[in-house]
Amino acid sequence: MTRYADMPESVARHLARLPLPEMEGGAFVLGPPLSERRVAVVSSAGLGRRGDHPFGPGAVDYRVLPADADANDIVMSHISVNYDRTGFQQDLNIVYPVERLNEMAASGEIGGVAAHHYSFMGASDPAPMQPFAEDVAAAMQAEGVDTALLVPV
Amino acid sequence: MCALAHYLERKGIATVVIALVHEHAEAIANPRTLSVPFELGRPLGAPDDPAFQLRVLRAALDLLDRPAGPVLEEFPDPAPEPADYDGWACPVSLPRPDAASAGSLERLVADEIARLRPWWDAAKDRRGRTTVGASGYDIEDAARIVSRYADGGEPKDPGPERKLSRSLKLACDDLMAFYTEAATAQPGGAASQDLSDWFWGETAAGRALLALRERAAAEDDKGMQLIGNLLILPRSQAHRART
Repeated sequence: MTRYADMPESVARHLARLPLPEMEGGAFVLGPPLSERRVAVVSSAGLGRRGDHPFGPGAVDYRVLPADADANDIVMSHISVNYDRTGFQQDLNIVYPVERLNEMAASGEIGGVAAHHYSFMGASDPAPMQPFAEDVAAAMQAEGVDTALLVPV
Repeated sequence: MCALAHYLERKGIATVVIALVHEHAEAIANPRTLSVPFELGRPLGAPDDPAFQLRVLRAALDLLDRPAGPVLEEFPDPAPEPADYDGWACPVSLPRPDAASAGSLERLVADEIARLRPWWDAAKDRRGRTTVGASGYDIEDAARIVSRYADGGEPKDPGPERKLSRSLKLACDDLMAFYTEAATAQPGGAASQDLSDWFWGETAAGRALLALRERAAAEDDKGMQLIGNLLILPRSQAHRART
């Protein structure tokens, strides 16, 4: 289900109506080979740690997910009901693939995995997220992360 | 999601985006995007299939060696179905809620939770985790606040200080998670649409959520209208709404 034509009509109609930000003159950052990159996950699934303030309508901020957080400590408070959550219930890695990244780091395919990952909630207007995203970029650089894997729901 | 990649890249972080909506990915033109043909909510394709998830991850991360962008590539394969998938059935045969009289949802939902709890416990043991709990309530309190409101009462919010609309929304999400975690306790695949049809069509909790959304949509409070109109009933189940 990746193109409108493959989705239920009501879902496709909704997605086609969403305003999309215009991104003129985007940057393109080069970097070292994959085997030397340190990777962080940025999810838009509205993930947080159990007890974190849940995401609500219009939320543009983010939650920090320590890489060593127990899988049972990660919950989802995305406001949308128009995507599947049962995959996430069965296997955290389907939206937050930190175990897979750890395996790739252990085998040397990537240089390492960040100590912290991040989650926004994708249903909100992205423009006010910019200062929060810049804070995330600064936090990544402070811990030597050069690459972000962005994972939606 | 996609705009975040631009914001990060401008600050010096290289990004690769997994995209579930191809037309959005085309429109926003991130530096590097892997468009995947999977169901919304399943960006890595298939739960409990580490080999397939690794294939998706490698396809995404391999885009990082491109010298210029924007790069938009498509993952070629659909998500595999579980090898042992031969249809799904809830481990507990719940009574059909059709004949329930008005005002009785609280008891019916409490009964369902009692019947499902052994399977929810089993699911939690098998997976080592549960996704229930974002509301901060235990499941009995979540069910109580939802079904009392659905029954026409004025629920006393047992949780942290926040608006009733937020409490109801989070409690509804936890209730759905509890039901579908219990219903998938036994190994084997379950299609998400089957689980959704079961919850909304065959459980008292589904009926409670339908009644809740109908009442909330008619309230004067904007937060209640929002959850009633948009944040409880999936579009794929819209045919069950009476209003």
